[in-house]
Amino acid sequence: MLVMPENTVVAAADAPIVALDGITKVFPGVKALSEVKLELFPGQVTALVGENGAGKSTVVKVLTGIYQPDGGAIRIDGKAVSLSTAQHASDAGITAIHQETVLFDELSVAENIFIGHAPKSRFGLIDTGAMQREARRLLQSIGAEFDPAVRLRDLGIANKHLVAIARALSIDARVVIMDEPTAALSHKEIAELYDLVEKLKAQGKAILFISHKFDEIFRIADRYTVFRDGQFVGDGLIADVSEDELVQLMVGRAVDHIFPKRDSVPGDTVLQVAGYCHPTEFDEIGFSLRKGEILGFYGLVGAGRSEFMQALFGITRPSRGVAKVDGKVTVIRSPAEAIANGIVYVPEDRGTQGAVTGLPIFQNVTLPSLGQTSRRGFLRIAEEFALAREYTSRLDLRAASLDQNVGNLSGGNQQKVVIAKWLATRPRVIILDEPTKGIDIGSKAAVHAFMSELASQGLSIIMVSSEIPEILGMSDRAIVMREGRMVAELQGDTLTPETLVRHAAGITEG
Amino acid sequence: MIKRFVASREAILLVAILALLVLVASRCPGFVAPANLANVFNDTAPLIILALGQMVVIVTRCIDLSVAANLALTGMVVAMINTVAPGLPVFVILAVALMLGAALGAVNGLLVWKLDIPPIVVTLGTMTIFRGVIFLISDGKWINAHEMSAHFTAFPRMQLLGLPVLSWIAIAMVVLFFVLITRTALGRAFFAVGGNPHAAVYTGIDVGRTQFFAFVLSGALAGITGYLWVARYAVAYVDIAGGFELEVVAACVIGGVSIAGGIGSVGGALLGALFLGVVKNALPVVNISPFWQLAISGSAIIIAVAMNARASRRKGRVILKQAEHLA
Repeated sequence: MLVMPENTVVAAADAPIVALDGITKVFPGVKALSEVKLELFPGQVTALVGENGAGKSTVVKVLTGIYQPDGGAIRIDGKAVSLSTAQHASDAGITAIHQETVLFDELSVAENIFIGHAPKSRFGLIDTGAMQREARRLLQSIGAEFDPAVRLRDLGIANKHLVAIARALSIDARVVIMDEPTAALSHKEIAELYDLVEKLKAQGKAILFISHKFDEIFRIADRYTVFRDGQFVGDGLIADVSEDELVQLMVGRAVDHIFPKRDSVPGDTVLQVAGYCHPTEFDEIGFSLRKGEILGFYGLVGAGRSEFMQALFGITRPSRGVAKVDGKVTVIRSPAEAIANGIVYVPEDRGTQGAVTGLPIFQNVTLPSLGQTSRRGFLRIAEEFALAREYTSRLDLRAASLDQNVGNLSGGNQQKVVIAKWLATRPRVIILDEPTKGIDIGSKAAVHAFMSELASQGLSIIMVSSEIPEILGMSDRAIVMREGRMVAELQGDTLTPETLVRHAAGITEG
Repeated sequence: MIKRFVASREAILLVAILALLVLVASRCPGFVAPANLANVFNDTAPLIILALGQMVVIVTRCIDLSVAANLALTGMVVAMINTVAPGLPVFVILAVALMLGAALGAVNGLLVWKLDIPPIVVTLGTMTIFRGVIFLISDGKWINAHEMSAHFTAFPRMQLLGLPVLSWIAIAMVVLFFVLITRTALGRAFFAVGGNPHAAVYTGIDVGRTQFFAFVLSGALAGITGYLWVARYAVAYVDIAGGFELEVVAACVIGGVSIAGGIGSVGGALLGALFLGVVKNALPVVNISPFWQLAISGSAIIIAVAMNARASRRKGRVILKQAEHLA
């Protein structure tokens, strides 16, 4: 079901409020944006479309003054400007509403709206009366019907978004950036958000709408801009494009990264999962995994993939479901039990969830294997060093000494320590959550080569990834999740960029 | 090894203690006579024992403010047992003190583990409750020396190879905790939990359970110290060791234990306690008012924390490849 916007706009009549012209942003080892173009018109919604890693968030950070571009020009009303701080961007009338709103839970709604620019009384104190009145007026203008005196924490996510939008209006924003605003909302709240977007349009705001969901892009956007791998690949009016064409623009790529070839001969079934359910996060997850197989899990952010993996690993409890390891029903109530059954989990956020940076390398590596390295309850340091040396050298870890604190290593080497830690437990199944997120292309290739080596040694791998090329290049099979459910299991000819995007985004028709 | 020790916090603290001793010796040479130093050590022994337990608790990102109250309650209970059953041998008394202290510590640990209450709140509460319980069971009365049996009060003062038993117990605890911390999986878990609780979870370490054991250890040490304290001073009443918990925390902080968790050592806790013990005993000798002692202890805490903060300040991310080995 597509709802085409009735007010199809003739672009030539308007000049863009903000135009990015040939913006380039380079990070060490990565070109995040390469001469991209983006134009935002008054009273129109522009959808920014692209896979993960296409450069969408980077462009938001350039627009809001958090990142400085290395090349190109930002023009506001045709004049080149420099947005060197977040304050500059705000003064220029650009504001962003984030997925997780960055507001203050313990302050009132009015205080949140006016923090930093509260109306002052004659004596230089905050004029609370004026602040309340003005807040009420702003909230009413966007159809929000709650008291500006309530504390923010008492509001739901959707209402918090309204507060963020009221704040944007209070600083006279002309450009509103909405970064996946519907990711955490219910259907009813989404409908209210759409109404609000219409109101903002009517007020002549230029809106940049970032979303992965095709139905909403076609419902509320007037224009689209597509990025791929940090490059501009096309823009135009939504009315002139079909879903298929947009998918093509998003994924149609030149092969830029050679994945290691594997002659996969998966063996016996190692892990069987059936009927895993959770009251709020996922439903009826079931699959089997064979020895030496790489099983990809694809989906949009918030599809419930990591949540399911955490339940499988025993961090959270599923409401029901059965896991069988080697055909035997195995109850996994804690990570310790998962590890004992040969299942390990390398989390996505390795910085906060992976390594203990205050401990030396060898102690990090042996942390889950202390039973192996101790005798009669006492640790034997020499054996710990031997174990750590064996696995870190397999990963080609470069460090002055295994006694060095992990905190002093680079990100890539920290990751090697985390992986060495898990390999040292001699697992059967390893769950890798976004294994190459945020690392440069060279390290990505090394991680991929290593993954296929592990699989050919008989380790079974579950790879959660939001990057289509990685899913295509590495997986023997891929499961697509959407809104907490398995929606497709793809293999061979059916495993294509188009099928992945269609199932993940919920595009039903052929 | 040696090079690294020289640069460590422990070494700096050791130098500070030695400097303090030299300074005092220049005014009063008698202070550094071996017999007097042994006295100072013996006087500091309770602080050392409690600091060991507190160190473990702080390393797991918790704090135990109830140690002094636990000490007082356990001390009162064993003193009352002694008045009822004067013939009970000392090892039974010690076992009772150890288990009662551990049980009180377990109460703290369970509240932190199972109910997820912040440790500072839990132990602030139990601190007050333990003191209240002492009042209830003792009716606010003192138990004095003449009510205690001779062997009960004599034990901590018994000489063994030139040192009182109290000192030997402190030394034994230091050795025991050194082995526990460096050579057991539980010791390693304390540091993992405090250093990065999220990573600890993924590693199969139960964070709450590990913190529970830290509280049990701290409580057990407080229990033993409770008996030793009451026997040494031959008196038990509601307010013994009042405020001592802060001195214990201070010893840990001066000894380089990070309040943010994950960092700490047995040597640090020992030296931190010794530093406070030397200050406390030396100042009266050189005719400095006891009020200065508070100021000096306070300054030492701030200096120690400032130095730790400097040492652990986040070094920027290493971006240049060739700089990695230098880091």
